Amino acid sequence: MDLTLFIWRQKGQQDKGRLDQYTARHISPDMSFLEMLDTVNEGLIAEGREPVAFDHDCREGICGMCSQVINGIPHGPQEKTTVCQLHMRHFRDGDTIYIEPWRAKAFPVIRDLIVDRSSLDRIIQSGGYASVHTGGVPDANAVLVPKQDVDIAMDAAECIGCGACVAACPNGAAMLFTAAKVTHLAMLPQGRVEAARRVCVMTEAMLREGFGNCSNHYECQAICPKGIKVSFIAKLNREYLKTFMGSPGCSTGE
Amino acid sequence: MILDGKSPAGPLAERWDRRRQELKLVNPANKRRYKILVVGTGLAGASAAATLGELGYTVEAFCFQDSPRRGHSIAAQGGINAAKNYPNDGDSIYRLFYDTVKGGDFRARESNVYRLAMLSNNIIDQCVAQGVPFARDYAGYLDNRSFGGAQVSRTFYARGQTGQQLLLGAYGALSRQIHAGTVRLYPRTEMLDLVVIKGQAKGITIRDLTTGAIRSHAGDAVCLCTGGYGNVFYLSTNAMGSNVTATYRAYKKGALFANPCFTQIHPTCIPVTGDHQSKLTLMSESLRNDGRVWVPKKKADERKPHEIPEDERDYFLERKYPSFGNLAPRDIASRAAKEVCDEGRGVGPGGRGVYLDFADAIQRLGKDKISERYGNLFEMYEKITAENAYERPMRIYPAPHYTMGGLWVDYNLQSNIPGLYVLGEANFSDHGANRLGASALMQGLADGYFIISYTIADYLARTGPGGASADHAEFLRSIGEVDAASKKLLSINGRRTVNDFHRELGRIMWEHVGMARGREGLELALKRIPELRGEFWSNVKVPGSGADLNQELEKAGRVADFLEFGEVMALDALLREESCGGHFRVEHQMPDGEAKRDDDNFCYVAAWEFRGIGKKPELHKEPLTFEHIPLATRSYK
Ligand SMILES: Cc1cc2nc3c(=O)[nH]c(=O)nc-3n(C[C@H](O)[C@H](O)[C@H](O)COP(=O)(O)OP(=O)(O)OC[C@H]3O[C@@H](n4cnc5c(N)ncnc54)[C@H](O)[C@@H]3O)c2cc1C
Ligand code: FES
Repeated sequence: MDLTLFIWRQKGQQDKGRLDQYTARHISPDMSFLEMLDTVNEGLIAEGREPVAFDHDCREGICGMCSQVINGIPHGPQEKTTVCQLHMRHFRDGDTIYIEPWRAKAFPVIRDLIVDRSSLDRIIQSGGYASVHTGGVPDANAVLVPKQDVDIAMDAAECIGCGACVAACPNGAAMLFTAAKVTHLAMLPQGRVEAARRVCVMTEAMLREGFGNCSNHYECQAICPKGIKVSFIAKLNREYLKTFMGSPGCSTGE
Repeated sequence: MILDGKSPAGPLAERWDRRRQELKLVNPANKRRYKILVVGTGLAGASAAATLGELGYTVEAFCFQDSPRRGHSIAAQGGINAAKNYPNDGDSIYRLFYDTVKGGDFRARESNVYRLAMLSNNIIDQCVAQGVPFARDYAGYLDNRSFGGAQVSRTFYARGQTGQQLLLGAYGALSRQIHAGTVRLYPRTEMLDLVVIKGQAKGITIRDLTTGAIRSHAGDAVCLCTGGYGNVFYLSTNAMGSNVTATYRAYKKGALFANPCFTQIHPTCIPVTGDHQSKLTLMSESLRNDGRVWVPKKKADERKPHEIPEDERDYFLERKYPSFGNLAPRDIASRAAKEVCDEGRGVGPGGRGVYLDFADAIQRLGKDKISERYGNLFEMYEKITAENAYERPMRIYPAPHYTMGGLWVDYNLQSNIPGLYVLGEANFSDHGANRLGASALMQGLADGYFIISYTIADYLARTGPGGASADHAEFLRSIGEVDAASKKLLSINGRRTVNDFHRELGRIMWEHVGMARGREGLELALKRIPELRGEFWSNVKVPGSGADLNQELEKAGRVADFLEFGEVMALDALLREESCGGHFRVEHQMPDGEAKRDDDNFCYVAAWEFRGIGKKPELHKEPLTFEHIPLATRSYK
């Protein structure tokens, strides 16, 4: 099939950027979306033009590197699917496709479709872990964990950190991302100990990095390629409230 | 030169303890005066950087992705082994050791493998403490499954995303150290050279992938944790960025490359659909626990799978290997699939596929149970192929997956260059000629969490801190060379794209240095690779400039290295006149087609020393001795 593409081109942060038009020819329905872009890029290189820069690595929906807004939807039209797992059989001959980078205040564009998501890493660095040393830990079966709790922890831990939730949110909030990490660790006895402090420092880091507030639009859940649920945001809020009851509260955090 | 692996002597179970006792320690107050450069933040690198930072060393960590959480380890699906024997089904440290040595077809060091089996249990404890949500049973205990050729259930797993969960654990530990200021992280940064001063590794030269800046980092030691080189085949299950560059450039600076021809072809991957294909997707091996592998008995059978009656199906793994059946080790299962396809009995486009059928398991256990076990894999399969594997069997075919070969290291994980350590898939150490399923994650984490901190301390204590600074002439020379190489790539302005060359190299490697290797094919590869390399350096087209983000330039550097490295691989395969593990030489097989090992002549590690581009590297041997497990023919019948 043949397609018309409008792709965001931007040289760097200083550049204003624009949508340029391209044609993709002889696209097989078995190709993935990124393979379609590879083909377009090969054509551009042959013509001596600069290929479109985009992030990707595993191409199997797990590393969270790929990040494109397709026709206004982060990761494109197919539910629970990253761009790298989206196949061209979901498009039709003659379609026009708009391809843009994640757009959020906390994700400055580096080039074309590539944005800087290190703000998400800094949220984790602030406290998104269990503070355990290497060695000196108990036997793995010493602390039992109810299966239903591990299952919820795992549902939350499946987050691939791609940032699509931020790109989809009208406020550019990282609430689903942060809530997933908070929930994953709060559900397990090993993470429970630091739960109160964790929710405080991570929430503060989120605001510091320029992410917006959550006003319950739930766009994040709708586009999340891993089906992370907004109920985790409620969990985060509960954990946050708990810190005001009996414990020091967040203001004395970091 | 005869290489010494520096294995400790004494009873197997005491060796690691003894070695630890011999190793020097660094005074806690002095640790921060030592700078350690950790290249790579997959499981091996993230666990090493976190552990070393926590001990108080000054650590710098590098990765080419935008975040350490995206290292290729993230993609591991099936699980991680440990000798916990929680199910009480007869497992032990010794059995894990035994299985690994035998599975590796007697081409790994006994001492290393035993230590790995011993440390496996600590890894699980560590990961659980970090909050890794391993699967549990209803009583709250950890669950295990049997995996890839093991007769006991020793594999711990987190749904189909074990690698992801382990890496997130290690990434958490690393993030904690970044927060504490002991580790400084350099993402979107690629190592392009190793700097060796007076015979010791003293730093690296990198390119900042965002700004294009080339600069050096000096340190007291360097740990390479840069993963495997499976992408030499172009199509593999590895991530797109996986490369040989870091290890190959260290090789060019004098590090020995061991057993490059030991590569693993994984039996269960989604078959190729066309020329546009950029990578292959693994379907976890755990599927073989419940799926049955078959092809039609008749050649070129055009019927749909459900139209083929039972007695016209050949469940070839069950037929050939009755005791292991569908769980036969990877190398064996892959070759068996290739064989039936070569006979013309393959299924799907181009006849390059076999069925992996769940009909029996669904009937026995119900669809819900199967979906609980493998739901995400079935979904992934459907996304890629548009076929529903609950209703018709999956089509699978072998694909390059893992590389047992890597930089040569001694028992302390130190390469032959003092101060250069190599961890995880990047080294050659523990898997011999074939890796068992769920053992790579185990090895990466054993290296990073539990081994390197002891062994590197000994070296550091002996050399003292602050040996080099980045204005040393060697650093300037290295920067000059890296800069010149990227200018050269940008200036050729030929007619073929980098991908085009990579694809062609991949075809040569797959055809002649792939699942079955013969003298003629290997010699042909040794002729064609240099020709292709010659064309690359005169006809490649790399657009853009070196002064900003340029993905084509990144790829060009990696493919340039593959174009040299492929030759070392083919040479190694040619000289190893035996079949063992993943290395199958068609000239060396038993009458029934099984691999024929030659312990009299090849029971050694082949470690290659760089002698110049296009020049034959020099072979060094490390003889292998087996004191505990008698050399025996591997049989899975
Ligand atoms: C699809 C798939 C499934 C798998 N499933 C399993 C499984 O179930 N069980 C199991 O035990 N094993 C499995 N494996 C194997 C296992 O995942 C890997 O062997 C292991 O994770 C490798 O870890 P590592 O830390 O050595 O390297 P990687 O995780 O590959 O990390 C390499 C790191 O090095 C960095 N890097 C590379 N080159 C450079 C450079 N030049 N400069 C700077 N940084 C660089 C990268 O950025 C990355 O951070 C699987 C592999 C694949 C491909
Ligand atoms: S490239 Fe890894 S998730 Fe898409």
